[in-house]
Amino acid sequence: MSLTSDLKSFLTLNGELFRFTLRFFRHGLNPPFEFSEFLKQCYVVGYKSLPLIGLTAFIMGLVLTMQLRPSMADYGVETQLPAIVSIAVIREVGPVITALIFAGKIGSSIGAELGSMKVTEQIDAMEVSGTNPFKYLVASRVLACTLMLPVLVMLGDAISLYGAYLGVNIHTNTSFILYWTQVFDNLVFGDVLPAFTKSFFFGFAVGIIGCYKGYNSSKGTEGVGRSANSAVVVSSVSIFVIDLLAVQVTDILGY
Amino acid sequence: MKSELKLDKKSNKVLIIKDLSKSFGNNQVLKEFNLELLRGESVVVLGKSGSGKSVLIKCIIGLIKPDHGSIHIFGHNIPDLDHDELDQIRAKVGFLFQSNALYDSMTVRENLEFPLRRHWLEISQMEVDKMVIDALEDVGLAHTLDMMSAELSGGMRKRVALARTLILKPEIILYDEPTTGLDTITSKEIIELMVEIQQKYKTTSLIISHDMNCVRMASDRVVMLIDGKCYASGTYNEIIQSVDPKVKLFFE
Repeated sequence: MSLTSDLKSFLTLNGELFRFTLRFFRHGLNPPFEFSEFLKQCYVVGYKSLPLIGLTAFIMGLVLTMQLRPSMADYGVETQLPAIVSIAVIREVGPVITALIFAGKIGSSIGAELGSMKVTEQIDAMEVSGTNPFKYLVASRVLACTLMLPVLVMLGDAISLYGAYLGVNIHTNTSFILYWTQVFDNLVFGDVLPAFTKSFFFGFAVGIIGCYKGYNSSKGTEGVGRSANSAVVVSSVSIFVIDLLAVQVTDILGY
Repeated sequence: MKSELKLDKKSNKVLIIKDLSKSFGNNQVLKEFNLELLRGESVVVLGKSGSGKSVLIKCIIGLIKPDHGSIHIFGHNIPDLDHDELDQIRAKVGFLFQSNALYDSMTVRENLEFPLRRHWLEISQMEVDKMVIDALEDVGLAHTLDMMSAELSGGMRKRVALARTLILKPEIILYDEPTTGLDTITSKEIIELMVEIQQKYKTTSLIISHDMNCVRMASDRVVMLIDGKCYASGTYNEIIQSVDPKVKLFFE
């Protein structure tokens, strides 16, 4: 009985989320555009997330290098450390970790903000004021997330690789130029393009799920908390699902 | 390009509700509700909590679509209008929300500017500033211009929300429980302000309430919403003298 109801609620969530996404494509992308709100959201979603993304990316690069070193030293390929770390960071670790941090920070904030606006009738007030709240609140946030996450991933990757450079230099003395030469010699277009492309989908998922959860929030302040929480959980799971699909697609395409 | 809606300004009946019904699942909230609102009058819809008062007012402003019936404002049936047409009607109908619905992320000035900028696209900053100040002066809060809504007290928030409702110079104002959550003194001040505004701007008011002070002070006519229907109607004095047990219950 419980399994049936769980399955039913899972399917309902997916169905409603799909309808919400269709509504975004049907109504959210038509003029008139809420351009100033979109720019404000780009600032909030992108610029204000940079310190957190930068810090986690730096630590990630440093730790990944330190963890890989012993195993690589055992196989006698310690000199390949910059190449291995760069491929791991660019292809997988950078986009996924950045997207997960982004989901935690932005997904929850969108879910809570829209949820709180919903339960305090601010969304209704917006509609009465001659504004399409879906365009103003949802379209601007989803577009900002979709466009800002790839930028954050690129910056995060660069910071992460700098952290890896410091990690490499804990035990060896590798020059800055040699390190970056090794990194770029081992990276090809096929490493960068799929990772960059999938980060758009990660950003879209975080934005649309955060907005869906907040926009459909109910049951007062308790509902707002639940919206924020489930926005993070659902978007984090979605990031892994999209990643899995992206890996399959890149595999088929031969990247 | 928006087509301009021709509003019927000649008729004395600014709002006509006929056979309005609305259900949520098996719960039928409104059952063939009827109401007419005359120009310049102030009608209070009185009903207990959960009787469908807020659903009624949200149907009127087009936030909830009714199952059956019609709601004519200035000659146009609200459920039949598209989004752009509805916006043109909403520019003439103010709505004061029960929770005030002030935008948390905006200052008082931005809250008041928001509907102005949305409804009146070609308006200069100088005109906007003047209208914002005028609306705030009407509610006695000109000094709160650059404060955030979270910095205001409950009564001040209600006044700012009223100023935001007034800024478009509406012909009809819908009040959803205007005194809920306020102390007795502040409630009285808000009701006095509503009456003052109605007299000053000659607006028509529809007030949803269960506050007896509000009914007594602000109503020209009282409509009792009981069991989803317009159960009784009359002046405050007529209603309080009713011998109907369901009506009497409100005044005991």
